[in-house]
Amino acid sequence: MSDETLIRLSGITKTYGSGQAAFQALKGIDLAIQSGDFVAIMGHSGSGKSTTMNILGCLDTPTSGSYRFLGAHVEQMSRNQRALLRRNYLGFIFQGFNLLSRTTALENVELPLIYRGEPVAVRHQMARSALEQVGLRDWENHTPAELSGGQQQRVAIARAIVTRPVVLLADEPTGNLDTRTSREIMELISTFNREHGITVLMVTHEPDMAAYAGRVIRFVDGRVENDSRNGEAS
Amino acid sequence: MLWNTLLLALRAIRRNLMRSFLTVLGIVIGVAAVITMVTLGNGATKSVSDQISSMGSNMLIVIPGQRFGPGSEGAPSFKSADVDAVRNQITAVERVAPMVNKTVTAVYQAKNWSTVVYGTSNDYFQAGNWKLAGGRTFNETEERAGKAVCVIGETVRNKLFGRQNPVGSEIRIKQFACEVVGLLKSKGQSAMGQDQDDIVVMPLRTVQRRLTGSQDINRLTVSVKNSSSIDAAKKQLTLLMRERRKISDNEEDDFRVMDTRQIAETLTSTTKILTALLGAVAAVSLLVGGIGIMNIMLVSVTERTREIGIRLAIGALEREVLLQFLIEAVVLSSLGGMVGIALATGASIILARLMNIPYLFDLGINLLSFLFSAAIGVIFGFFPARRAAGLNPIDALRHE
Ligand SMILES: Nc1ncnc2c1ncn2[C@@H]1O[C@H](COP(=O)(O)OP(=O)(O)O)[C@@H](O)[C@H]1O
Ligand SMILES: [Mg+2]
Repeated sequence: MSDETLIRLSGITKTYGSGQAAFQALKGIDLAIQSGDFVAIMGHSGSGKSTTMNILGCLDTPTSGSYRFLGAHVEQMSRNQRALLRRNYLGFIFQGFNLLSRTTALENVELPLIYRGEPVAVRHQMARSALEQVGLRDWENHTPAELSGGQQQRVAIARAIVTRPVVLLADEPTGNLDTRTSREIMELISTFNREHGITVLMVTHEPDMAAYAGRVIRFVDGRVENDSRNGEAS
Repeated sequence: MLWNTLLLALRAIRRNLMRSFLTVLGIVIGVAAVITMVTLGNGATKSVSDQISSMGSNMLIVIPGQRFGPGSEGAPSFKSADVDAVRNQITAVERVAPMVNKTVTAVYQAKNWSTVVYGTSNDYFQAGNWKLAGGRTFNETEERAGKAVCVIGETVRNKLFGRQNPVGSEIRIKQFACEVVGLLKSKGQSAMGQDQDDIVVMPLRTVQRRLTGSQDINRLTVSVKNSSSIDAAKKQLTLLMRERRKISDNEEDDFRVMDTRQIAETLTSTTKILTALLGAVAAVSLLVGGIGIMNIMLVSVTERTREIGIRLAIGALEREVLLQFLIEAVVLSSLGGMVGIALATGASIILARLMNIPYLFDLGINLLSFLFSAAIGVIFGFFPARRAAGLNPIDALRHE
């Protein structure tokens, strides 16, 4: 049972600012995520979803508490160790896509592979196949400005999964997209979850999108209020 | 890692062509301006010092009268005996050339040219550092007897004879015909801007007898054996002349001893100051270029901070990001530096030719400007990046 646990948060708090202006965004989060899960995180705006995602993604550090990733204590890691964790285990999709501007789709997707030190031939082949998997085979030479929102998010997905990460973190990936495009993006994400066993953690506002997940966690005011398997009564 | 980072840096440069171009341009202008100014200044200094050495070094010029103040008009000229006294009584003296000059019109066939006749001795050619382009100087008989012979300068040759060889021809000066026995090699302009080649040289006696009609000598050109004894020679010369001109102890000199080295030093230091001034003006343009670069970098800091956030999020190490930015800055600024040096070299060569001064490559200023430009690029390109790369990835991503 415990070897199945990919991520374990215990008593995670996060306080922004200090003194009078201090604001506690997370008030003790306990969470365990198993390998292969597809987890949706829901909750009102300001309830701490993004803060939790950023800590999980090692983009930010908690104020206190422990975060174990595959048993390793992330809260004790150095900046470089956390960078390597991101490089080797994590993939990100953001609401605002965060692609490099004026850079072609192919070069955007190649970027994580360059940091991994993959040789050119391997790099190109992997990036092209990732673009193909998200249905952008013919768009590799287009820059973000020449792509629609949905297409940009697909490039971002390709960039996130090209390294075959263990965990895919997505903070409102469909927040900027229309319903039809959102569904296409969700289909893609669940495909990577099902077929490649990539664990997915996704923040969303929309119940329609959360329905793709196997587990829904509800945040209220910096705490986990509800944690249920889909299909179960809450 | 280095190779991959180089690739990333080059991609970033290509991605932001306009920004890269402006950065390079700022450096190019600054570097080119500084190098061109300093190079031209050096050339001007060299040309002045060349002209000075063409005047002859280790030379004292003695003229009657003070340079300033009243009474200089009335000071008596020198006589032949003064020349002999200087030659025989001052040991440091190598040669003494007496001189008397008169403005005349020289005529050859249908052409005439207003010029200055110098009556002097053969010593003048040595003391004044003149070389012959053709013919000969005077012989002893000609000097002693005051024969109508002359050696002419390049300008006079040009005006009267064109490209023709003047040696052996006769020119007319006033009522008498004078045989050209020699042609002087050109010296060009003097440091004071006079045409040194506009000259007709005759034996002293010829001029005294046929042109001035007196025994007066209005200048002594004295060359000294070695430059270290020039001050001593000057002192002795002054004492000797005071004694010969019967000046009592409480009276001022009624003649003046000028030192070419002194003149040279004054002129060279003037051009050096000018060079420094030009260099300073140009350094300001380098600084302005630097500020331009800083502007460009600061304007793009938000975009670049987010870019750094993206790179960190997908697993770049802080040092990889820094190295990329460092390479970018170094590539751009050294490119700018090299183009600037090339431009400056071209501009300096052309301008030096137009200004008629020598082109001198100055390694020091080239290196200095290059390093300075590299430093500007690195400071303004790299330090903002260093701050961004030290942020939490999420803060860099959210930067606005
Ligand atoms: N960088 C920050 N500095 C200060 N307060 C922050 C910062 N980021 C988030 N917060 C606050 O923390 C709370 C949780 O934010 P967040 O995790 O972004 O919520 P959400 O659930 O909407 O994603 C909010 O009240 C927000 O204002
Ligand atoms: Mg949020």
